[in-house]
This record gives sequence, C-alpha cells and structure tokens, in this order.
Amino acid sequence: MRSKTAILIAALAGVHIILLFAGFIAPYDAATQYRELPYAPPTRLHFKDASGFHLRPFVYASKLVLDGDQAGTYQEDRTHAYPVQFLLYGSSYRLLGLHGASLHLFGVVEPAKILILGTDGYGRDEFSRVLFGGQISVAAGLTATLIALLAGGILGSIAGYYGRWIDESLMGVTELFLSLPWLYFLLGVRAFLPLHLSALRTFFLLTSVIGLIGWARPARLVRGIVLSSRNRNYVLAARGFGASDFYILRRHIMPQTFGVLLTQAALLVPQYIAAEVTLSFFGLGVSEPVPSWGNMLSALQQYSVLVSYGWLLAPAGALIITSVLYGYLADTLHSG
Amino acid sequence: MKRITGLTLLHVCLLAGACFAAKVIPEPAKPGEELARMPDVSGRYGGHLTIGERSEPKTLNPVTSTDAVSREVIGRLMGDLIDINRSSQQTEPALAKSWKISSDGRTFTLQLRKGIRFSDGVPFDADDVVFSFGVYMDEAVDSPQRDLLIIDGKPIAVSKVDQYTVRFVLPRPYAAAERLFDGLAMLPKHLLEKPYREGHFAQAWSLNVQASEIAGLGPFRLKEYVPGQRIVVERNPFYWKVDKENQRLPYLDELVFLSVGTEDAQVMRFEAGETDIVSRLSAENYNLLAREKVRNALQLADMGPSLEFNFLVFNLNDLGGKKLDEVAGKQIWFRDLKFRQAISAAVDRDSIVSLVYGARGTALWGNVGPGNKLWINQAIPHPTRSIERARELLKSAGYGWNSTGQLLDPRGQPVEFSIMTSSSNSQRMKMATLIQDDLAHLGMQVHIVPLEFRAVVDRIFQSFDYDAAIMALGGGDADPNPEMNVWAYAGTSHLWHLGETKPATDWERELDQLMQQQMVTLDYAQRKKLYDRAQQLIAENLPFIFLGTPNILASANSRVGNFHPAVLDPYTLWNADQLYVRGPAMENAGIR
Repeated sequence: MRSKTAILIAALAGVHIILLFAGFIAPYDAATQYRELPYAPPTRLHFKDASGFHLRPFVYASKLVLDGDQAGTYQEDRTHAYPVQFLLYGSSYRLLGLHGASLHLFGVVEPAKILILGTDGYGRDEFSRVLFGGQISVAAGLTATLIALLAGGILGSIAGYYGRWIDESLMGVTELFLSLPWLYFLLGVRAFLPLHLSALRTFFLLTSVIGLIGWARPARLVRGIVLSSRNRNYVLAARGFGASDFYILRRHIMPQTFGVLLTQAALLVPQYIAAEVTLSFFGLGVSEPVPSWGNMLSALQQYSVLVSYGWLLAPAGALIITSVLYGYLADTLHSG
Repeated sequence: MKRITGLTLLHVCLLAGACFAAKVIPEPAKPGEELARMPDVSGRYGGHLTIGERSEPKTLNPVTSTDAVSREVIGRLMGDLIDINRSSQQTEPALAKSWKISSDGRTFTLQLRKGIRFSDGVPFDADDVVFSFGVYMDEAVDSPQRDLLIIDGKPIAVSKVDQYTVRFVLPRPYAAAERLFDGLAMLPKHLLEKPYREGHFAQAWSLNVQASEIAGLGPFRLKEYVPGQRIVVERNPFYWKVDKENQRLPYLDELVFLSVGTEDAQVMRFEAGETDIVSRLSAENYNLLAREKVRNALQLADMGPSLEFNFLVFNLNDLGGKKLDEVAGKQIWFRDLKFRQAISAAVDRDSIVSLVYGARGTALWGNVGPGNKLWINQAIPHPTRSIERARELLKSAGYGWNSTGQLLDPRGQPVEFSIMTSSSNSQRMKMATLIQDDLAHLGMQVHIVPLEFRAVVDRIFQSFDYDAAIMALGGGDADPNPEMNVWAYAGTSHLWHLGETKPATDWERELDQLMQQQMVTLDYAQRKKLYDRAQQLIAENLPFIFLGTPNILASANSRVGNFHPAVLDPYTLWNADQLYVRGPAMENAGIR
C-alpha cells in the first residue's frame, strides 16, 4: 500500500514538475505561429538513413504540398537530416514565471521542426501548447481547490465549533450551494463578467468563482469533524485551563481535519481542472493566444478537425492522465 | 417463416410504391401556352433529392422573408419576370418573354408569356404583376425589397397596358434596372388579394399554410411541412419551362429540405448519404469530402472566388450622447488613416487564405474580388505584407514604442483594442486570431471577443459598443447597385459610420457622388469608370481593412444530374428545375 502511494505521488509530482518547467521542456513558444505548417502531423523521428543506423535520432524538414483536388499533404525533404539536439538555445521564456531563459531540453536546428504532437490550425506546436496549457489548467485547478478548502475549512470549523444558529445558517447556505448545477451557474456568472479581460484576469476570476462555489462540501465535512471533537476530553481540558477559542481550534481541532481536507483536495483538483477546461472549451475561459487545455480542445468542435487531425486530442489525453492520477491518489488516501 | 417475411416486405414495398405513386404528372402543353425552351437541357423524370439546411425556414412569404434558408426554399416555389442566370451572371427572360427600354432609360415595357399558369392551375397575367409590385412597394407590408424599388423617394410606376403587357416607369434613369426584377416573386392575386386588403399580408403564407392556399410560378409547389423536421415540395405540373425535347420541367418529383442545424451536421448527413447536395462548404469540410471522394463517388465543385468580402471594420461612429468614453478614446487612433494603413500593411492576407480558407480563397485589397470579372478594378495595388512599412507609417503618425515593445500613441497611451467576431463562425474566429498575432508584431495588444452573431449585429448597428469587428458583406449580385447601401453615406450598411447626416469626410462625399452617378449612368464603360474610381477611393481610405474572400465550394452525390453550382446565391439550387436523378429512379419513399 505504502509503495503504491509513493509511486502515485511520484508520478503526480512528475506531472507537476514537467508543467512547472514547461518553458524548458517545450521546444517552442506556445503562441508562435508557424504559418507555413498548419495541421502538420507529428514529426517522425528517424534512426536509419542511407548510411545506416544512428544512435542519435534525427528528423527531416517537412513541407506542405498542395495537390489539385486533395487537401495538402506534408512531405519530408530527405536531402538534409537534422539530428535531435539536447540543451540548446531557442525561443525565450520565463522560468517559473520569474527568470528569463532560452535554454531548451531538446530541439532541432531550423528550418526543421520537431513537432512531437504536430501543430494546430495556426501552425503552433501542439506539444509546447499542451505543456503551457497544462500550466494554466492545472494551476486553475490547484488555486480553485485551495480557495475552496480554505473557505470550506474556516466556515466549517466556525459552524462546527460554535454550533447553534451560526451552524444552522451556514449549513443552510451549504445546502443551497450543493444543490446548484455548478456548470450552468459558472456559465451564467461568466456571462455577467466583462467580455474582454486579459488572460491573467480571466484566470483569476475564473478560479475564484470556481473555488467559491465549491466551498460547501469541504465545509460540511470539516464541520462534522469539529462537531465531534469539540466535546472530547482534551478539548474540554484545554478549555478548563483557559485556552482561547482560536487556540483550541488551531492546536487541537484543525489538525483532525487535515486528512479529510487532503482527500478532498485530491478529489477536487481534477474536478476543477475539468471545470476550467469546460469553460475555456465554450470560449468563456482563458482566451487566445494563451493556451489552456480547454481552449485547445475547442478547435475540435469543428467536425472536419475532429475527424482529420487526431493529434489535436492530446490535451484530452493529458487531462485524463492527470485526473486518473488524482483519482487514484484520493482513493489510496481514503482507504489508507 | 422466411417466405412470409419476404412476402410481407414485398407488400410493404408495393404499398409504399403505391403511396408514392400519387406523384404529380407534368401537364401536357396547351395550345398557345408560351413555354420557355431550354435548348441545352436534358435529363430524366423521377425521384427526389434531399437537401440539409442549417435551420428551418422562418416563413414561406416571399415578400417579407429575410433569412437565407427561407429564401432558398421560397425561391424554388416562385418565379420572377426577368432572371439573372447564375451561371452567365447575365439577365435572361423569365416570366417576361421580352422587354423594351425607352431611349431615356426610364420606361420598361415587358411582354409576359401567354397562357402560363400558377402551380394551382390559375392563369397568370398582367393583373398579378401589378398586384405584386403594389405589395412590394407598400410601406405597410415593410418588404426588405422595397428599398430597391423606391428611387429618389419615388416608387416605380407600374401599369397594365393589356392582359400580357406591363409598363414600368422609373422616376429617373437607373443603370441595369432589369436586374431589379430578379428574385421579385410574382404573386397570385387570386390567393393573396384578400389577406392584403384585410391588412394581414405579413401573416399570410406562414409555415403552417395549407398546400392549397399557396401557389407560385416556380418549378415546385408546397406538398407538406413537418415542424422541426422537413419541408417537402413537389413538381409544379404547370411550370413554364421545357427541356430540349419539349418535356416540361422540372425533372424531379420532389425536393426535400431537412433542417439539420449546423454546417457540420450538413456535412455529416451528406457524408452518410442522407442528403444529396451541400453548398456553402468551408474549405476544411470540402477537403474532408475531397479525401473521401475516393471512397464515395462525389461530385465536388470549387467555383472559384465568391463575391463576398470579409473585412475588419473599426468603429468610426459618432458616439455623441452614448456613454462610451473608452471607445471614444480609441477612435482617435481608428480615425487616423495612417493607423488603418499600418494595420492593412501588417495583416498577413496570404496566411488568411492558406490557413482560414485552406488555399481555397483569395486575398482582397478592395471591395471587388476576382470573382466579379465585369467590375473589378485591376489597377488596385496589392502591396505585400510589410511589418516595416507598418512601423514607418505609425512612426510618421507620431506613434512610438516603449522598452517592452508596446506601441504607444502620440499621447503616450498604450494601443490596446478588441476585435469582436461571431463565435459560431470559425473562419472569422481564425482570422481574428491571425490578425491578433500580426498586430502583436506592431506592439498592439489585441483582444478577441467572440460573441453570438446577434450580439455582434446589435453592437454594430445599435449600441456602437465595440472597437473593431470582423464582418462580411456582398455576394448578392455582380453589380455595383446592391452596394449602394454600403457606400452611400446615408446607407443602412455604411457600417463604419452609421447614420451620417452629411458625409463626414471629403472622400466619403466623393464616394457617395460616384455611387449615385453610376446608378443613373446607363453606359457600361462610363459606369465602370465611375465604379473604378469608387473602388480606388475605398482601397485608399480603408473604411474597411479588406481581408479575403472564400471560394464557393459545393458538393453533390454522384446520382445528381445537371449539378452546376454558381458563385451567386443560391449557389446550387438556382437550376433546381434542371436537376435530375441519374440511373434507375430510386423511389424509396420510406427512407428519408
């Protein structure tokens, strides 16, 4: 059991570290449009050429060739091979949002491109966008979860500890929030916000709205725990020694709720990532050219794109992997 | 057991066949009936074709309809006096077999075909024509076509000379006036006079009209309407056109219009073989079908550039009295010609053509594209995209850049604005995203605001609460006159500055004069000269930043005969009377 949890946590940490260092790992900038390469399929890595096998993989430059009635097809120019290089300088980015840098984990020399997951309709590298988009989507999930747990934890403790009319009125409000069809509520809330906001402001508005709607469930759980522990002997003893409410809550009661809150976090994060993805998918979230998994997937609303360019489903794959990992984590935390 | 099933199936088929056999047989020609013979048309009788429409028609009333789907259906039910042949773009006789224009260009005398009948069998004559024009020009009916028929505030005088001759007197000479008659459906006086006299004409011929209460002079007549699903039209047995073997058209027994919802649904239904013809395809869907062409035999048609022009328009409206200070502040940039020129220089039109139209489109630098061969001004320059030139233009207008590369206006304000576009139109969304990136190279911060189409229209025409928008216009006819409402300063589609009481700028005054002049000039060469100058003024002063025009793309499955799409609306159904089903006519009435 222990080792499984460890593996899960390591895998999840891996996902987050990759996203954190998206700028370093992604070979290209997320917004740069290589307009001569729309809907380019993933670049093929080659090991063999006329002179035999090479340990270092290489790629060929591709070109869109239009032919009569058919849609264009991409053809490799086999006259020149471009070996994949590691730790080379390319487009600039901000490492961890602070430090300007331009070193990339891997890449190839222009004019060849290494497009691990192909490109979208504007010729933007899908792999880089999945990473940068993941930063937004996962950060939105985490921030919203933090807000929900913070609000839920505080309000739940107050309700559980003080009881009586405070408890009743707060729990009444949670019932109201729990019965909200949250997706429609979010769509409604977004419609009332000003239309053209910068991506950053949209992001914060979105996460706070998602988080503030979600405080009810953790609040109820926390309230239950607080309610049951406020009459425990050690609490009564502390009170007998003259401890303040705040001290008792902080020292004796809150620690009891950590386990529940952690499980809740593992449950809520994927749910809130999905909420951000849904809103962006409908064009209500983060707007172009900033990528998020949701607005990347919105290109697939077009039937022709959906059936022709399978690699554009990559953000959905990333979303599934992240959600499954979080789901397993919640499961092991719950049972363990 | 097996045999019984087979037998039952056979019975069902027979029954279905019998039901379907209630189809209408073309009437034999009567002596004295002046039919129009189409010498190049041949085909075979029978069968039906199914067309998927994006929505249901709103009405079947040809006088009050405004939406494209209604017009597409109504167009098959109705006939006009003079028709624009969608293939040649020239006028040709329709219900009027000939016409004479007086030497001053003001009097038109039309000879109607004798002995022809409405789809309910009642004869058609000059009284119906006079009645129809009376309805179109009646202010109380509020027909969208009324504007065209009121020249200089005066209506066209329509009078009956004899049973088959009608005279039209225009208040002043009007260029290409015979084109006005295209699309004006001739109405049956015997059916519509009562609702018209009683003042509820607008409610007549709504979708739930009885098939016996609606009649027209088009190739088809209404058979049934199933709300939310389909509208079926059947052969008009009295139609006035015959093919080269003197067989009365149309060939098809029925035409079925399904309401499917979206362009994607249209394509999916078409791919599945549930519909036979699909028009107004996007390049992406067209390419998708092209790839499938190998598997399913399809007829694909790329008809070349359409007459529509897509453009970026800046809000130059007079905002006095509206509380839109933020927009008003930005208008200082938008009103600056150099600013607009810089934007035009920075926009990468070639990328729009390749990425938005999948190379099935044409870049535009003016309002007339290569699809309109008769009127395009070939002298309009096509400067290549140049960020450097754009920067120089901005610099010469007093703009500068700060250390982070952000563009600052002469007052030191950062240049930041939004482009509004219809969220359901993926092509315009894509254009906006490309332009956003192009203008980022100039240090401009552009936000894209996708809105529902209605909201876009409302902001452009009513509230003026927007900075810039991507829109499209044109596509109606290959003639300058339908654009009067765009370029005349008081026009209803003078989008960049609506409701001008006098021209705001000198070039707008000149443009208005040119457009008014070309309207009364009858000689093509002279008219072309005036319109050339108008195009030049538009291209130089950039009220719109012209972007591009898509090709007209359509497809039909291989059993559709005489499929000849055109670049004029209605792209594929303009010759519905000539379409036929190839091979043994399949009468699977149950499957549709």
